[in-house]
Amino acid sequence: MLQIDKIQEDEHVILTLSGEVDASNSVDLDNALQAVMEPNKKILLDGSNLQYISSAGLGVFMSYLEEFEAQNIQFVIFGLNQKVYNVFHILGLDQLIIIQTTKEKALQEFYEA
Amino acid sequence: MRHNLILSCEKSKLSELRGFLNGVLDKSQLSEIAKNQVVLAVDEVCSNLMIHSHQCNPNDKIYLEVFQTESKLVIEIKDSGEGFNILEYKQPELAEVKRKRRKGGLGIMLVKKIMDNIEFESTGTQNTCRLTKMLNSK
Repeated sequence: MLQIDKIQEDEHVILTLSGEVDASNSVDLDNALQAVMEPNKKILLDGSNLQYISSAGLGVFMSYLEEFEAQNIQFVIFGLNQKVYNVFHILGLDQLIIIQTTKEKALQEFYEA
Repeated sequence: MRHNLILSCEKSKLSELRGFLNGVLDKSQLSEIAKNQVVLAVDEVCSNLMIHSHQCNPNDKIYLEVFQTESKLVIEIKDSGEGFNILEYKQPELAEVKRKRRKGGLGIMLVKKIMDNIEFESTGTQNTCRLTKMLNSK
């Protein structure tokens, strides 16, 4: 089960993931990201309620990294639990994606950079 | 003790697979992070089989057996599809995945990083992928 909620807050959009991302539902994550893609956008991904992610979900993020750069989109993930963060870390994705512990720290990436 | 699961080749069954594995691994001495890694590795192998060898045909089955000795945890994944030998799969570099904006290719990378040993056998009609995780290791 994966639930994705979208909240527009000030100048950034927050996507909240709740549940598990695997090969059966990664297309939903893909569609949710596609729907918020806009040049110069600030996108926060709240992973505090994300219990599990497999390569299908990681692959979605990977497939957008070039587009984020091309469209000057800022993208920050925050709140991952240890198990989920570890999956990003195994592949070194924590070096390619900005991952912060809290929403406050994630926002600092946008507004105090 | 051996634990068995028969899984239909439908992606919606992956959460059931994880539930089964979490139940079995609950009795192991692996840390929470290591347990999640093993569940992930098996999920990746089964997802690959479902999608690439069985085109998500629910009539096709994957047979799983999990057993543990004092020193290691072994997961055997059997199917009768077109053999997918993950040992022979040429995995892409991370930079290439990013550059080509591709979504696949990361799963096998994960399996290889997580498991201590991966074996593949095919008799022509049945394929076995055997994943081993040493207990008290990485």
